[in-house]
Amino acid sequence: MPDTPVPAPRGTSDSVAPVLEAVGVSKHFEVRNRGGNNAVVRAVENAGIALHRGRIVALVGESGSGKTTVARILGRFYAPTEGEIRLHGRPVAAGGIARRDYFRKVQLIFQDPFGSLNSLHRVRYTLGRALKLHGHARSRREVEDGVIDLLRRVNLTPPEQYLDKFPHELSGGQRQRVVIARALAVRPEVLLGDEPISMLDVSIRLDVLNLLAKLRDEEGLALLYITHDIASARYLCDEIDVMYAGQLVEGGPKEAVIQSPKHPYTRLLLDSSPDPGRSLAAGSASEGLFTATGELGEPPDPADPPTGCRFHPRCPFAMDECRESFPERTEFPDGQWVHCWLHQKGRAHLLAPAPPAQSLKETRP
Amino acid sequence: MTDPALLQVDGLSVDYLTPQGSARACSDISFTLRRGEILGVAGESGSGKSTLITALTRLQRPPAVTSAGRIVYHPADGEPVDLVAQSERALRRRRWRQLAIVMQSAMDCLNPVMRLGAQFTDVLRTHDPSLDRAAAWQRAGELVRMVGIAPDRLPAYPHELSGGMRQRSLIALALACDPDLVVMDEPTTAVDVVMQRQILAQVLRLRERFGFAVVFVTHDLSLLLELADRIAIMYAGRIVEIGSSADLYHRPKHPYTKGLRDSFPPLHAPLRELSGIPGSPPDLRDPLPGCAFGPRCPRAHAACEQAVPPLRTVEAQDVACVLYDPQNPEATAHA
Ligand SMILES: Nc1ncnc2c1ncn2[C@@H]1O[C@H](COP(=O)(O)OP(=O)(O)OP(=O)(O)O)[C@@H](O)[C@H]1O
Ligand SMILES: Nc1ncnc2c1ncn2[C@@H]1O[C@H](COP(=O)(O)OP(=O)(O)OP(=O)(O)O)[C@@H](O)[C@H]1O
Ligand SMILES: [Mg+2]
Ligand SMILES: [Mg+2]
Repeated sequence: MPDTPVPAPRGTSDSVAPVLEAVGVSKHFEVRNRGGNNAVVRAVENAGIALHRGRIVALVGESGSGKTTVARILGRFYAPTEGEIRLHGRPVAAGGIARRDYFRKVQLIFQDPFGSLNSLHRVRYTLGRALKLHGHARSRREVEDGVIDLLRRVNLTPPEQYLDKFPHELSGGQRQRVVIARALAVRPEVLLGDEPISMLDVSIRLDVLNLLAKLRDEEGLALLYITHDIASARYLCDEIDVMYAGQLVEGGPKEAVIQSPKHPYTRLLLDSSPDPGRSLAAGSASEGLFTATGELGEPPDPADPPTGCRFHPRCPFAMDECRESFPERTEFPDGQWVHCWLHQKGRAHLLAPAPPAQSLKETRP
Repeated sequence: MTDPALLQVDGLSVDYLTPQGSARACSDISFTLRRGEILGVAGESGSGKSTLITALTRLQRPPAVTSAGRIVYHPADGEPVDLVAQSERALRRRRWRQLAIVMQSAMDCLNPVMRLGAQFTDVLRTHDPSLDRAAAWQRAGELVRMVGIAPDRLPAYPHELSGGMRQRSLIALALACDPDLVVMDEPTTAVDVVMQRQILAQVLRLRERFGFAVVFVTHDLSLLLELADRIAIMYAGRIVEIGSSADLYHRPKHPYTKGLRDSFPPLHAPLRELSGIPGSPPDLRDPLPGCAFGPRCPRAHAACEQAVPPLRTVEAQDVACVLYDPQNPEATAHA
């Protein structure tokens, strides 16, 4: 395998305006609870995310934390309950930018490459139609050339071999690349990938990640990459944002977030993620912050979330403030930021320096 | 210091007999599982991991048939028995008490209309009829407490529990009758990494206490490397490499094992570009004459197409690859 280093992440681009931005967005769903009463699921609370040209932001967090809801708000599938979406600095809400024009700039890619292609259509038709619909090709010739170009860009080569295939004749990875090609047919500036590799076999996931990296590097796409897998977020992205129970709790340049997490939840996530390089490195075990004894913490109920910082019931450092209100944002010089009372109360030393994470095999009593 | 053998699998083959033809989903599988050992089984989707697990526990259903091989089980007290030759009745007596299973979907294994506690007392009292209701309920409480669930949740129905709780209940249920062997098929795929780690830390702790062995199936090799004592890598129905977690991580021998290891980007180690394994697995109904991985293998050469390579001991692990065949001129170039 090639030993070339992965390109270093570009510096923070605060100076450059974001292509797409969510500012203070919340999404509350009205639902009926088990007793038959109305309840409100606070799926996303006051979240901000900025996507820049040629950069990839990862959004990580556990199941139900609100990642898909953020992607759907950014993709204009849902209107936010509060806050706004801005494309090139312009609010997109009612009257701002027509939906059709918006979808030309912003494309969503879903998790399931099996459900998202019409099984009755050949690759040629699926891609050709997307090109024609958005006026990027008219004559047969233009369509054919356009489709071949798209297949090349997603590394389905030689393209002629894929033109007449039906979805069921393609592997999962090939199918997901056709889905990406269809999104590219629109010539978007932004791709929103909601767990685009989680349904794929492990052996072909990197292939799709490398393709997304190529689209960022060569075509300057702005990308949002939603995942459970923080190791893949580090591999692909420039920036990592961490979500917990609808609240964005930490974010910043990926190495900062991974090597020196500032939020206890990020620590927990990192300590819990498999990393054979860490645990198989001889004798590097020590007790982690979170020892799984007695009652195990449960993720919160989104219809009845904890007050204040929603992580406080599971947090080993929880203080009175944490139960009362959500902390302000603390910013660090390298662009990292966090919402955690430890930093507001001068108790950050409890978190850092991070001791080596606990290895699974060393959790024996 | 090696523990005695618990399960000896010898030449096990399983076929699916379908109208479209027969597919050999497990082919000539041999390994020994020791008492108290955690053996991981990793491989791509369709490589035969679940087929192997259901064959081991004799839970397979048509169209699957065990077409060859033996699974010799060594009970702590008594003579070794070949599970393949056992009657369904004899097997039923061993289930839960000696061999327990945890499936990927807890919802499929728990009875949705039965309270959690009743499912425990059922299993407990079937295998120990002398246990009265109150004692069984008491024991159920101890079991769920072991996996971090408060005993006052016993009256709950499965749908009233979180996914992580259901999965943990299933693990506690599997341990209810103090089995020798617990097989787990992707037991944590549906839960979050935080919950996954808590569950697995519990499993390790309980193993330490009760000494059961585990066969743990997952596609997540990075997880197995941390969890298992030894790992078997499957490709197209065969074990292509088996060895300790440390050896497989630091010194993988089979090109497929290397590819699989390098499909998981590191969390902390320096990043470099990784490429996974291009291509897709073969059709099991139409097997190649040689190594099934050949068409995707970066080191394939003429010798690979001759015959299916047998597992050979190479240093600390066993590997099925002609690169390690001393008769193969290409092998010397490699070693
Ligand atoms: N249309 C909806 N109506 C009601 N509740 C919803 C709706 N969509 C999402 N939710 C709830 O909002 C919360 C956030 O869901 P979301 O799908 O955004 O999470 P997620 O982070 O994408 O989770 P996963 O990792 O499982 O995909 C969950 O509690 C979910 O049940
Ligand atoms: N009931 C069945 N009838 C016919 N073929 C089957 C059946 N079940 C499984 N197979 C085939 O047997 C092979 C092995 O399947 P198996 O479920 O054991 O794989 P696996 O390694 O567990 O995969 P996964 O990671 O997707 O769970 C596959 O090629 C599959 O298509
Ligand atoms: Mg989601
Ligand atoms: Mg399976």
